[in-house]
Amino acid sequence: MFIYIARRIVYVIPILISVALVCFMLVHITPGDPLVAVLPADASQELADQMRAAYGFDRPLPVQFGLWLWRALNGDLGHSIATGRPVLAEVMRAVGNTVMLAVAAALIGFTLGLFFGLIAGYFRDTWIDKVATSIAIAGVSVPHYWLGMVLVIIFSVQLSWLPAVGAGPGGSAAWAWDWEHIRYLILPAITTSVIPMGIVTRTVRALTGDILSQDFVEALRAKGLRETGVFRHVIKNAAPTAMAVMGLQLGYMLGGSILIETVFSWPGSGLLLNSAIFQRDLPLLQGTILVLAMFFVILNLLVDIAQAAIDPRIKRS
Amino acid sequence: MSAMTEIALQAPPATRSRGYWATVGRRILRDKVSLVCAVILIAIFLSAICAPWLGLADPYQGSMIRRLRHIGTVGYPLGTDELGRDMLARLIYGGRLSLIIGILPVILAFVIGTSLGLVAGYVGGKVNTAIMRTIDVFYAFPSVLLAIAISGALGAGIVNSIVSLTVVFIPQITRVSESVTTSVRNMDFVEAARASGAGPFTIMRVHMLGNVLGPIFVYATGLISVSMILAAGLSFLGLGTKPPEPEWGLMLNTLRTAIYVNPWVAALPGVMIFAVSIGFNLLSDGLRSAMDIRN
Repeated sequence: MFIYIARRIVYVIPILISVALVCFMLVHITPGDPLVAVLPADASQELADQMRAAYGFDRPLPVQFGLWLWRALNGDLGHSIATGRPVLAEVMRAVGNTVMLAVAAALIGFTLGLFFGLIAGYFRDTWIDKVATSIAIAGVSVPHYWLGMVLVIIFSVQLSWLPAVGAGPGGSAAWAWDWEHIRYLILPAITTSVIPMGIVTRTVRALTGDILSQDFVEALRAKGLRETGVFRHVIKNAAPTAMAVMGLQLGYMLGGSILIETVFSWPGSGLLLNSAIFQRDLPLLQGTILVLAMFFVILNLLVDIAQAAIDPRIKRS
Repeated sequence: MSAMTEIALQAPPATRSRGYWATVGRRILRDKVSLVCAVILIAIFLSAICAPWLGLADPYQGSMIRRLRHIGTVGYPLGTDELGRDMLARLIYGGRLSLIIGILPVILAFVIGTSLGLVAGYVGGKVNTAIMRTIDVFYAFPSVLLAIAISGALGAGIVNSIVSLTVVFIPQITRVSESVTTSVRNMDFVEAARASGAGPFTIMRVHMLGNVLGPIFVYATGLISVSMILAAGLSFLGLGTKPPEPEWGLMLNTLRTAIYVNPWVAALPGVMIFAVSIGFNLLSDGLRSAMDIRN
């Protein structure tokens, strides 16, 4: 197991470096001078050159990348052009809110997904299967930002039960785990949960169907095992793959939260990314994407390791 | 010659065997869900293409005195938007751009990804490592994040959003194409083709492509559903097309301010995105089971 973990970690290092390279290059595929946002419109050539040297834009690209990577490794992702605050601090503050949203959505989506998937796979080709499969298809096909709008229309505009936007009366800084605040989390969390719900349902349904059609299930039943016992075997066999899919989905929720956070003005990393894009705040854009991608890679690594820990067959391959 | 026809006539009539694709087509036509989806999608496509000849109102012409009319208002069956423009006309005209920016990235990625996967799978070795490890890097980003990163860096615009989505989908299609190619590469019929002197290009084009195309086609059909949501999502964020162009994602964005006045009109563009997306998803499922001839 230790060797397996070590090998996985070694594999991840080149990926991390490449991810950093992609993030670094993002600034260089932007049309126009990256200094435009910092410099006043009537800046002299001399000032522009000074700024260029200060930001290091006058050096060759590989050198710039090396310097940037070195600073990034030391926790320095530069300063936001819009606010002047360190990028890393801004991102970390926002990521906390995104994690909260993603975990809440995961609780809803995974629970429903596992439930629908198991019953759909178990009662294959019955009406139960058809209903569960339809819900799953709707979940993966719905434009979630639109679903968010529809939920706001129903629960905020028409019924006035839940707030439409924001993260609580005092903003995200004053978050507390009481009803007054949790109310704000409900709609965004439900909206975020529909895609993972659909995907987990489809995965678990297929897994359950496959497992139930295997010979050992027949043997268990012939031996006289009750259906609840058979069900336990199904869950045990489906667990590693289902877990891997759920881990990946959690990563997608963390990284792909921009649309939902925009709809609900949820103060997470997605909303930060949105404002970085529209204020042309390139260091913030670059830093946010880098942090989110790093989270995603590390989460994938953890999922791989966890999967190997519960399923010994994986280590051997 | 007459002797030959004699023999031919005496031979038992060959069982009429259909081609693979004809069989798949027949099976699809028997699948009610796929059929309904296909009909709805064709209706949406045709209405978008024929929009100028359907006698609709001008989708750009607004009026301050008839803003945000409700659904069912006389003369405006689906109401009017925040600038008083006819929603029905805008939804139908909106299909033109929305469908292009949703589907074109998948077509482009289909062509590029399939070729990359074929080369990686067939040539193998260092070429495979180079292509597939590069692809892995893109897998380190959640697809929404990658699409937004690229199109956020390139700036708003239709071309930029198509480019960014194409980049997001190429790795996914390449992986499918590569894995199918690798599994077919060492089969006897490829060996036979090589032994009879076929060059690598011919083998890839004639023998591999036929096997790879099926699974990728199913995959790409499902991908259109994701692409429609993401493309409209980019416009929704303001990274796609610009007002006053009718486009479903952008319409959803500009109508967001109207949800307290006329909520259900504001939700309409999303219904179109949902319909196209679910249609392609179900069609992809139908195709998959129709192509699985063993059943």
